[in-house]
Amino acid sequence: MPNSNPTRGKGDKALFEAGVKEYSAQGRYYYDPDYTPNPTDVLAAFRITPQEGVPWEEAAAAVAAESSSGTWTTVWSDHLTDQARYAGRTYKIEPIPGQENQFMAYIAYPLDLFEEGSMPNLMSSIVGNVFGFKAIRALRLEDLHIPPVLLKTFQGPPHGIVVERDLLNKYGRPLLGATMKPKLGLSAKNYGRVVYEALRGGLDFTKDDENITSQPFMRWYDRARFVMEAVHKAEAETGERKGHYLNVTAGDMEEMYRRAEDAKALGSRIIMVDYLTVGFTAFASLSKWCRRNGILLHAHRAMHAVIDRQKNHGIHWRVLAKWARIVGADHVHNGTIVGKLEGDRVSTLAVADLLREDFVPANKERGIFFDQPWVSMAATMPVASGGIHVWHIPELVALFGDDVVLQFGGGTLGHPWGNAPGATANRVALEAAVKARNEGRDLLREGAQILKEAARFSPALQKAMETWKEIKFDYDTVDSLDR
Amino acid sequence: MKLETFSYLPQMSDADIKKQIEYIVKNGWYPGIEYTETPGPENAYWTFWKLPFFNAETPEEVLEEIQECQRNNPNAYIKLTGYDNKRQCQVFSFVVYKPQAAA
Repeated sequence: MPNSNPTRGKGDKALFEAGVKEYSAQGRYYYDPDYTPNPTDVLAAFRITPQEGVPWEEAAAAVAAESSSGTWTTVWSDHLTDQARYAGRTYKIEPIPGQENQFMAYIAYPLDLFEEGSMPNLMSSIVGNVFGFKAIRALRLEDLHIPPVLLKTFQGPPHGIVVERDLLNKYGRPLLGATMKPKLGLSAKNYGRVVYEALRGGLDFTKDDENITSQPFMRWYDRARFVMEAVHKAEAETGERKGHYLNVTAGDMEEMYRRAEDAKALGSRIIMVDYLTVGFTAFASLSKWCRRNGILLHAHRAMHAVIDRQKNHGIHWRVLAKWARIVGADHVHNGTIVGKLEGDRVSTLAVADLLREDFVPANKERGIFFDQPWVSMAATMPVASGGIHVWHIPELVALFGDDVVLQFGGGTLGHPWGNAPGATANRVALEAAVKARNEGRDLLREGAQILKEAARFSPALQKAMETWKEIKFDYDTVDSLDR
Repeated sequence: MKLETFSYLPQMSDADIKKQIEYIVKNGWYPGIEYTETPGPENAYWTFWKLPFFNAETPEEVLEEIQECQRNNPNAYIKLTGYDNKRQCQVFSFVVYKPQAAA
């Protein structure tokens, strides 16, 4: 589409001199407030904190240039190319309420900058060298619009929410899971016991922790055998389909494939990967393996807070979450809203939309800067995990609806009677909340009453409600929306 | 033996079941009935009782079908389902009746 660009070729002659020019200089394209984005452009919203004395236009143009075709000085071979065709363009800048030294820059990148189906290529361009650039003090990618033409070159989740429910035979309610604790140090047999107890009590899933792989105290191939014995026994006893997310994260791709093959051979329905620490190429390869083999893929976001926690620098979680869906996770961890981990309520629910819906409209009140059509890409199940317990269940059901995995680690295993009653307590509370919601009751207003009614027939739930009643986590979030 | 959604709650009364049917119809989904004598993790396709009830308007008519299914299959587990033709998938399901021996 380059020839359809009205600004193409303007002022080329002015650039035939060597030396350093301002990025925002006329005719360099990088700052182009007259530009109307092409429907095939990738669009980025950057929060820019410029160095003192650098004008906004120049800082924004610099970001556009360094994340697309530009370099710090003019080179003669620039003139052998059609610069209009490859330049990222800042087409709009705007102030941020309450932040005098920051502004928002909207940059459009032409489709030709990117290789089809390659997330690393997209990342190396848009969040590559530019984050260390001297003219800016800090830089944050707030949102990224992927146009349908580029989105269609990715395959997305291996199976998606619809197929996951059919594979698991579970309908009309959130799924229930728990991370196995202690994180480190259990023998394979003891670990399998923890899994078995939690699953037989009523959980749908148990989960390896992100830093469990194949350490000396519990090698992968030992853990996999005891865990799958536990899964099969729990399935036979309860009559329900169950899963344990065996974490196949490994030091090289060949070993990841071996572990995935082993999990499949043992009859596992799902595996897990730490999608940020293994890298996007490994993640993509594993996702494709999962599609070919009919295995669900649970993605843990370990390391995300390094990238997404600071408000003025890094990449917002909503972008990392989009990338998880695009490259291909069936599950990805999202915030809980009510638990101990970071995550502003509105913004977290907006990310759940980005993972699950087929079209998400721009709405800055929710932190969504661009329309995002998903053009029928399968949906990713958000996972709410961390610091949540039975009292949170009505609110979680009201906020997230059915398509979510609720994971209670301590909130299951910390039950005074053990894992199985802990699991039963959560399952009873969940089903009571769903039943009440379907009957038209207001979970946010009547949640406590609904739980108390259910506790009358479930001693395990009664005990859980006594154990966790007063626990609250209401610290301010570090990252929040601009108001 | 558990049977997926709502199997950790006490057996529902007919009045309770009607509220869940209402929820299906109100969402614009199609209620359906399935039954089997051999539930379990490997049995995903239970036998259809007639076709899904595309024209159902009241919970009473679906409940009557469930009861007729039960009279004809006294040893069967009976499941109520909901189909969403916009999302093109099953979205709801729970076991409404268990055979006398199991209950």
